[in-house]
Amino acid sequence: MFDEKQCRFAASHEWAFAEGEVVTVGISDYAQKEISDIVFVELPKAGAAVTQGKACAVIESVKAAADFMAPASGEVIEVNDALVDNPALVNQSPHGEGWFFKIRMSNPADLDALMDFEAYRKTVQ
Amino acid sequence: MNSSFLARTPLFDRLVQAGGRMVDFHGWEMPVQFGGILSEHRAVRTACGVFDVSHMGQVFLSGPDAHRLVERLNCNRMSREPGRGTYSHMLADDGGILDDAITFCLAPDRFLAIVNAATDETDFDWMQRQAEGIDVQLDHASSRYGMLAVQGPNAPALVAEFFPGTRDIPRFGAAGIPYGGETAIVMHTGYTGEDGFEVALSPEGIGAFWDELMARGGRHGLVPCGLGSRDTLRLEAGYLLYGADADATRTPYEANCGWVVKMQKDDFIGREALARRKEAGFTEKLTGVRLLGRGVPRAGCSVWQGDRPVGTLTSATFAPSLQTGIGVGYLAPEAWAPATRVEVDIHGKRIEAETVRGPFRKNSV
Repeated sequence: MFDEKQCRFAASHEWAFAEGEVVTVGISDYAQKEISDIVFVELPKAGAAVTQGKACAVIESVKAAADFMAPASGEVIEVNDALVDNPALVNQSPHGEGWFFKIRMSNPADLDALMDFEAYRKTVQ
Repeated sequence: MNSSFLARTPLFDRLVQAGGRMVDFHGWEMPVQFGGILSEHRAVRTACGVFDVSHMGQVFLSGPDAHRLVERLNCNRMSREPGRGTYSHMLADDGGILDDAITFCLAPDRFLAIVNAATDETDFDWMQRQAEGIDVQLDHASSRYGMLAVQGPNAPALVAEFFPGTRDIPRFGAAGIPYGGETAIVMHTGYTGEDGFEVALSPEGIGAFWDELMARGGRHGLVPCGLGSRDTLRLEAGYLLYGADADATRTPYEANCGWVVKMQKDDFIGREALARRKEAGFTEKLTGVRLLGRGVPRAGCSVWQGDRPVGTLTSATFAPSLQTGIGVGYLAPEAWAPATRVEVDIHGKRIEAETVRGPFRKNSV
């Protein structure tokens, strides 16, 4: 759904898939494997302002909590409500049904600070 | 602790080969999970799983005064019937809990205590001090044994394939059964709330047993399990984790284990102090908490009633069988009654919860 080869990645393992000034965000396949068994995701509310690199969501596995850093700054315009009842979607399909939310970017140049798929893949090998 | 100083069990290479994700657990390099905590948890509740518990300690107490020493060391009344084990707490002079352990009577003058990994050394030192001047020999055998816990509804059938006669071992019983030229100690015990057995063998023997279990366990639904699912299973089952939910600053009464204290029996270490502390009354008791709202509680989360803090969780997790957050913590008296409404602070947010008289789910054993 959000082809990882078309995504840009933060060093903290979030991905961003841009369509114009709207970017869909989630966590990488590597991150979902590392976190493992995700049982709760606390997402920001639609309308919230998020800042690139700042924690704006929490991912809880059975064992531990992990912060989700916004890959870009802007306003949250839609959240993936399916994760409320089925957080395991993040493990099953991190680039598909396990997407987190959509941001209307205040500065699309934010994405330049992120890595492309090949560069990201090298960091997690 | 530097990872180069981590101890490894005899099964280390096999655990890694089976996909174990290894972590530092009280100085031992142990698997936190294999396939995943949720799938391992489910396997133990519906089929069976195997846990390496070789890091736990073994102490043999032998001689004419062995039973006398076992009784002095423990606040519970300890069975002297061969083949029977008793769960108990070992107390310090001031009534604080030094460890919780099961001690098996192997013969009227020979006992085996299975102690926690983190307290293995201090327990043995304590036992030795108490054994001075009486006719008992202590044998610290932890390094000579590996141990596997096979747990789950299918575990008895699987274990019986290797150890005939296990059907006749009562719960909390044990038997010595031949295995590969040695005598395995097969115990009808566990830490999951499911039926199952724990088997102690030499380091070589435990490796052979693991290999056979992996080869033949599949049709019983056996999967290797790590410390992660061990913790979710035991917490749902209402079992104490020493070092987290109890330590030397707590008495069995505060740890909600008053049932292991037998004040009527002959003297045991800590009895007088315990009686005094009980007389004075307690201000905190280990109490179960179940979330009513969403979120995952963790050890260290504070518990509230309105603006008043009523305690702190010592263990907490997402409970896979209940699909909600659960935990235990030392709470103030106003939160002791079951179904008392409280709030748990998770990442700075107050989540609705209620107190529960454990276990959190009905155990199969």
